[in-house]
Amino acid sequence: MFARFTSLQNSLLDEFWRLQQEMEELPGDGLSSSGGIRPLPRGSFPAINVVRTPEEMQVYLFAPGRDPKKLDISIQQGVLTRSGERQIPIDEKATYYRQERFGGEFRRAISLGEDVEAELVEAKYRDGIVQIRLHRRESAKPRQIEIR
Amino acid sequence: MATNTTAVAGRESLTAAPQQRGRATESAIRAPVDIFEDSESITLAADMPGVPKDRLDVRVDGNTLLLEGTVQFELPEQAEALYADVRSTVYRRSFVLSRELEAEKVQANPRDGVLTVRIPKRLELRPRKIEVQGP
Repeated sequence: MFARFTSLQNSLLDEFWRLQQEMEELPGDGLSSSGGIRPLPRGSFPAINVVRTPEEMQVYLFAPGRDPKKLDISIQQGVLTRSGERQIPIDEKATYYRQERFGGEFRRAISLGEDVEAELVEAKYRDGIVQIRLHRRESAKPRQIEIR
Repeated sequence: MATNTTAVAGRESLTAAPQQRGRATESAIRAPVDIFEDSESITLAADMPGVPKDRLDVRVDGNTLLLEGTVQFELPEQAEALYADVRSTVYRRSFVLSRELEAEKVQANPRDGVLTVRIPKRLELRPRKIEVQGP
């Protein structure tokens, strides 16, 4: 019963992220669309999801297994940069069959557009996801146009 | 045995060389794993960022080890997706266990989005050092 409920919830969430894919295929200023000056290669570490609300931008960084203090995140002129190093200890005496997980240094930038303030609302880390909330600039917020 | 191996789609051998991924039959994310073996056990580390402990399912069914986890997001109301590397909320991976592994004694330890699974080898089947008698 409960499992069924959560699976419905999840399929809605999956659908939510899939919609983005369609948006990306549209021409225009879609975030880091393939025509942008800062395109993002797929599959690099850490993975990133971005959502927008009328008030804020929220960035989710998928950074498993690391000390969040070692993750360096900065924002300048609407470009969010995160860098750091993921150290995966290697057991010298063991035999390795798979090493698929990302290890080593990383540095990635994503353009969030002009309408993001450098001012951070909140950043938190839970279960390997860093969630960052950023203000949107007043002028960029959608405004209701009054018709007199 | 060979027919059994093909019965469950997507199952992989723990110790065989990596295979090319088959066609994607479901939207679950294939969590990247490291697998290594020492004299006492086989250890598997899987990246599953966003999966809390209570949304994790580690199961042994027959000779299959199944790892599954569901991401928990805190999505604000009125959110509009702008960019997404991660497009599914479920991670899934399954492996075939070999006979020398003690499936009843699998230990799973999730931490900061990394799931570590340790499967001990049967005591009587662990490698023994052979003493070479000198003259």
